[in-house]
Amino acid sequence: MTLDLTIAQFKPTKGDPDRTLADIVAALETAVSADPRPRLVVFPETALTGYFLEGGVREVAMSADELFGRLADGYGASSPSVDLLLGFYELDAGHVYNSAVLARLGPDAALIHVHRKIFLPTYGVFQEERFVESGPGIGAFDTGWGRVAVLICEDAFHSVSGALAALDGAEVLLVISASPARGAAPGAGVPGNLARWDMLGSMLAAEHGVFVVVSQLVGFEGGKGFAGGSAAYSPRGERLATGPLWDEALVPVRLDLEDIARARTEEPLFADLERTWTRLLVNSPGAGVGRPLPGASTDR
Amino acid sequence: MTPAAPVWPLPGIPAGGEPRPGDFTPLDIDPELVAAWLVEFLRDEIRRRRGFESVVVGLSGGVDSSLTAALCVRALGPEAVHGFLLPYRTSSEESRDHALLVAERLGIATRAIDITSAVDGYLGESEPDAGGHRRGNVAARQRMIVLFDQAFKLRALPVGTGNKSERLLGYFTWHADDSPPINPLGDLFKTQVWELARTLGVPEAIVDKPATADLIHGQTDEGDLGISYRDADLILHHLLRGNPPSRLEACGFDPTRVSTVVDRLERTHWKRHLPTVAMLSATAIGEWYLRPVDY
Repeated sequence: MTLDLTIAQFKPTKGDPDRTLADIVAALETAVSADPRPRLVVFPETALTGYFLEGGVREVAMSADELFGRLADGYGASSPSVDLLLGFYELDAGHVYNSAVLARLGPDAALIHVHRKIFLPTYGVFQEERFVESGPGIGAFDTGWGRVAVLICEDAFHSVSGALAALDGAEVLLVISASPARGAAPGAGVPGNLARWDMLGSMLAAEHGVFVVVSQLVGFEGGKGFAGGSAAYSPRGERLATGPLWDEALVPVRLDLEDIARARTEEPLFADLERTWTRLLVNSPGAGVGRPLPGASTDR
Repeated sequence: MTPAAPVWPLPGIPAGGEPRPGDFTPLDIDPELVAAWLVEFLRDEIRRRRGFESVVVGLSGGVDSSLTAALCVRALGPEAVHGFLLPYRTSSEESRDHALLVAERLGIATRAIDITSAVDGYLGESEPDAGGHRRGNVAARQRMIVLFDQAFKLRALPVGTGNKSERLLGYFTWHADDSPPINPLGDLFKTQVWELARTLGVPEAIVDKPATADLIHGQTDEGDLGISYRDADLILHHLLRGNPPSRLEACGFDPTRVSTVVDRLERTHWKRHLPTVAMLSATAIGEWYLRPVDY
């Protein structure tokens, strides 16, 4: 089975979800007019508002239901059916999360899944733990075109995230990111953070034999530049597509989901993980399963 | 100490290893990447976020303002860049010639406005004994008065030209050189400014000449600072990466140079901030009420 998707490397209007929603719908309409028509369009992290909002985050956060309703209304029921993954600041019962919604739009509109970012960077230029809360966990879910898991930016930097998603059956890891560009050393031809992302996406895919799709935010926020450079990787870690630097773009990608089985046969790392995972957790003190983590004891 | 093992940096992860006094490679940049990066920064910040179509840049004839003008031309086109020569009576002919040279190369219009009468209207009348330092500060602030006023008149945005070395060493006039609302060079060391300027075709005569505030004949930045920018930049780079002065000295860096840099860095943190406001409430701006500049 093949999956045609489009990475929407997107530049929001900072702090203006109303205007940005209209731009998102316009980008969707452009994406679905392509041949082949994508089944899924992947927007980046915090694509609805921009990333660095500080205390403004509560003023523009909205519930997943409200966002879905506004997207479904904006896109309309007569437009072709398409799934969308979109990063946004989510407000739920007074709590704010850095989330991603996967929704089906068009005649069969439905809210399919919400992932709340687990790993919240709070160092250097990042301040997420000051303003948003961490989500509950990482899991895969069915979409009708494949079983997928969503990771948001730093989620993907921890290899356990990919492992948990793959162990739950994910065939495609949809990674959305807002990664401020930094590092301009000679050699890579891209900002250092994107070179790191390229390595990360490739290794994440090859380790678990899954497709990895990375959608990057683009544009500047208060001097901090999001450079774009979105990408997709095969289950062997090969880069299948690359978004441009600095510009918005709709990047088409075709995934042959049957390639997962072939890649996992050639290099059965994932099968090894599946066989040993539970034993590993129980017998590895560092996992903290069934016994306290080293240093966590209070009885001394 | 023995040299560190050869470093094989991973993509995107800055090389670690031991700081080495003669190794300036940590300051190397990909100039084409940086040029594209800063051009996008200028377009986004000037046009998209602030809605301006043109900029004003004060051209001193030095490398920082020449490079800034060159980047603005790449970002917006020559017709959108207004160059201003703002000489004081002690400014050198060479500074003027170099400012005009770079303007001609870039194809930008210039206007010269002599600030002598404005500066001396204050100093000459009321403070005739003011020394070079005070005179330089007054001139720097006067230049910003002109630039901001011309920007208002032209419906253009003033663009700053200060580099990271000056900012970290506190070698600038507070609320003058640092006052324009956007600055493309502020995260580039002077050494990197030189490299980028060469790539963008800033004339060699401007890149190669000693940096100067052009206040007193023969004055140079490096003479004032007591250290070359190249040496200061390498020390600053390692200090900001978390290497304390004691480690740099243990690695062979000259203790006098290290202390020259550290003293200036640690005495000038205040110059890199907005004024200190007395906090009285849990809604103090910038302390509790937190909104980013572009919100």
